Amino acid sequence: MSAAHLTAADAGLLACPACALVSRPPRGLADRRGAFGARCPRCGAAVHLRKPDSIGRTWAFLVAAFVLYIPANALPIMDTSSLFDAQQDTILSGVVYLWTTGSWITALIVFIASIVTPLVKLLALTALVISVQCKSTWRPHARARLYRIVSLVGRWSMLDIFVVTVLVALVQIQSVAVVTAGPGAFAFGAVVVLTIFAAMSFDPRLIWDPLQAADE
Amino acid sequence: MPVAPFIACPECDLLQRETPLPPRRTACCRRCGAALYRSTSNSLDRSLAFTLAAVMLLLIANALPIASLEVRGQHVETTLWGAVHALYDQGRVAVSILVFVTTLLAPALELSLMLYMLVPLRLGYVPQHLSLAFRLAPVAREWGLVDVFMLGVVVSLIKLGNLAVVVPGIALWSFGGLILLLTAIGAAFNAREFWLRADANRAAASDVARSAATHPLEPVR
Repeated sequence: MSAAHLTAADAGLLACPACALVSRPPRGLADRRGAFGARCPRCGAAVHLRKPDSIGRTWAFLVAAFVLYIPANALPIMDTSSLFDAQQDTILSGVVYLWTTGSWITALIVFIASIVTPLVKLLALTALVISVQCKSTWRPHARARLYRIVSLVGRWSMLDIFVVTVLVALVQIQSVAVVTAGPGAFAFGAVVVLTIFAAMSFDPRLIWDPLQAADE
Repeated sequence: MPVAPFIACPECDLLQRETPLPPRRTACCRRCGAALYRSTSNSLDRSLAFTLAAVMLLLIANALPIASLEVRGQHVETTLWGAVHALYDQGRVAVSILVFVTTLLAPALELSLMLYMLVPLRLGYVPQHLSLAFRLAPVAREWGLVDVFMLGVVVSLIKLGNLAVVVPGIALWSFGGLILLLTAIGAAFNAREFWLRADANRAAASDVARSAATHPLEPVR
């Protein structure tokens, strides 16, 4: 089993994250944990056995994102003022508006991109970090696929930020309506960026490492 | 010290031997199924062609309005830069920077880096900061959200469609083309072929230098 599943780390080799070249770390660095300071001989990128402080950094970004998730949904992302009234829109009320005006498909797209995706991404990454911390060997293929999907779809949460941007630029007709961005836009943008950072700091190789230990 | 014929899966670190692939196939990790490498032919020339076309579309997409709006005889239109500026003017500095970086800076940087790397390689030499550019390009790619922006424009036009007459601008179509070309660059670019070309150019350059040293030219008086 362990002969069939030899990893680069087992062989004392480092894989470059940028150009994928597999190299042997210089003698002095090989003994140090994680081979800090090693560089790829071909492209010069920093190479590590595993992403440095992966679990700690992922947690930090996740906690910050969870905290900001509340104002991101509670505060208005957009203020509309017209001659007769002023209206504040949160992310959810924007979806409701689209739904009630009959744009169901658009409402569904925005709902999935802005509400479902960030929450699922936060929960999925949290579950992944916890599973890695517990050195779980439970269904590594499923967890690897979960990480792949989560890092792929996370970017689409930015959708609402861009919607607000375009509305702010176009709806500037003094006699009819003026749209301004609300404080929720900042919080929401921050959540999206923080979850992208969280996904980047997580090292999927940690999912497979406990299996190596179990083999030996 | 490089260990040539091996490749380590970026997602599960499994060490595997590289095998030649039939054209247009992807090698996947034996254990976790992650994509390892693809076989492409002529990858650098195709990447360069897509990059040049994408530069054109990026310029058009930023020079022309993305959409215009007509309400009670008033006409409003905006470019991407105008939209970023409107956010900035309202005091949403962080959000405007986020939009600027993801829709303008990142794609422009990615295309500039591709030109910086691929044009000299095509002409037979190696640019000075090749490695740095190679490492920065994926970062720029990661943060470029042109496709999400395009969907955002469409959604906002649907929202406005109930209230006013909206006309998608030429820039919107250019953004659509830009998305396809950026995807094409990503699919065509092959890091293995890239480094082979760089090494070949370096070897050729050192041959020229060696022959110049053994047969120095007479100084011109």
